[in-house]
Amino acid sequence: MIPAIGLALGILVGLLLQPAVPVWLQPYLPIAVIAALDAVFGAVRAILDGIFSDKVFVVSFLSNVVVAAFIVFLGDKLGVGSQLSTGVVVVLGVRIFSNVAAIRRHLFDA
Amino acid sequence: MSEEPGGPGRAPRDARHAWARLRRAGSPRPSRSNLLAMLLAAALGFAIIAQVRQTSIQGLETLREDELVRIFADVDQDGDQLSGEVRDLQSSLDLLKSRTTGEQEAQRAAQQRLDALGILAGTAPATGPGVLVRIDDPQGKVRQTIILDAVQELRAAGAEAIQVGSVRVVASTWFADTDAGISVSGTEVRPPYLIRAIGDSDTLAGAMQIPGGVTATVRRAGAEATVEIQDKVEVGALLSVRTPQYARPVPTPTP
Repeated sequence: MIPAIGLALGILVGLLLQPAVPVWLQPYLPIAVIAALDAVFGAVRAILDGIFSDKVFVVSFLSNVVVAAFIVFLGDKLGVGSQLSTGVVVVLGVRIFSNVAAIRRHLFDA
Repeated sequence: MSEEPGGPGRAPRDARHAWARLRRAGSPRPSRSNLLAMLLAAALGFAIIAQVRQTSIQGLETLREDELVRIFADVDQDGDQLSGEVRDLQSSLDLLKSRTTGEQEAQRAAQQRLDALGILAGTAPATGPGVLVRIDDPQGKVRQTIILDAVQELRAAGAEAIQVGSVRVVASTWFADTDAGISVSGTEVRPPYLIRAIGDSDTLAGAMQIPGGVTATVRRAGAEATVEIQDKVEVGALLSVRTPQYARPVPTPTP
């Protein structure tokens, strides 16, 4: 419940402040958001599996974001930025889907 | 990176149990980790909104080089297409314009021809410089031959439109004597005879007044002729065109 409230709060603040993304952050933010979503779904699944750990969640959240941003940064430097971004999105998307599938099996037995 | 589950093939737990676990995890506990999770979730929500907004207002400056190249190529292609369209439309506009101009030209030429023929045939009123010949004949001595001579003399001097009395003189006009005066194409004209002629006024006046000419003949017959040069002579009498009953134009072979 608390994380959901936090999410709603963040969305509300974002809507109110109308933030502009700094230029240096613009290429990395979309990938970082996907990575963070992956961490969140992973955390929900871990709760349902009974192996959730605060420390692991925080570390995985932050490392997911940083690694995703770093991969994009590296890809941009190597000249394969768009391809690498696509690759990261695909990998994270697959992970999110598998996590959601596990959550669904837990909650609905289906 | 994220929490990995115990691997596939686990027996699914009781659903009710899972829901309770989820509720317990989400229920407010005054713990540091809970606060941290909320903070991270808030950051995530904020980032999502920021990114969504950024995507909706994104201009060109954040795009990568290859995307810019693609957009540039697209714009280039569009420009080529549009300029081709402009060329096509321009040429059809030119075509239509020239066609309109040609039609206007033809219409103007036809109108000019109509005016000239109307003056020639007497179906259009005419105005211009010319002379007014007035023949006073109180004793009734002037015959139609004198009037005819005067008309022919005026024609020879280049008169473009002539009117005798109230009758327009055209190709088919004829003169005859009557008791009180003369008949012009069947219309009675009495003295004084007024002959209006449009043309080079000096030439016309000279043709009237040459020795042995119309003025002299009239005077010899016992009447008086005066020639008046006018800047603006109105030849307003009109004739209606009669469609020829017998005569037909000979078709000209088209080249």
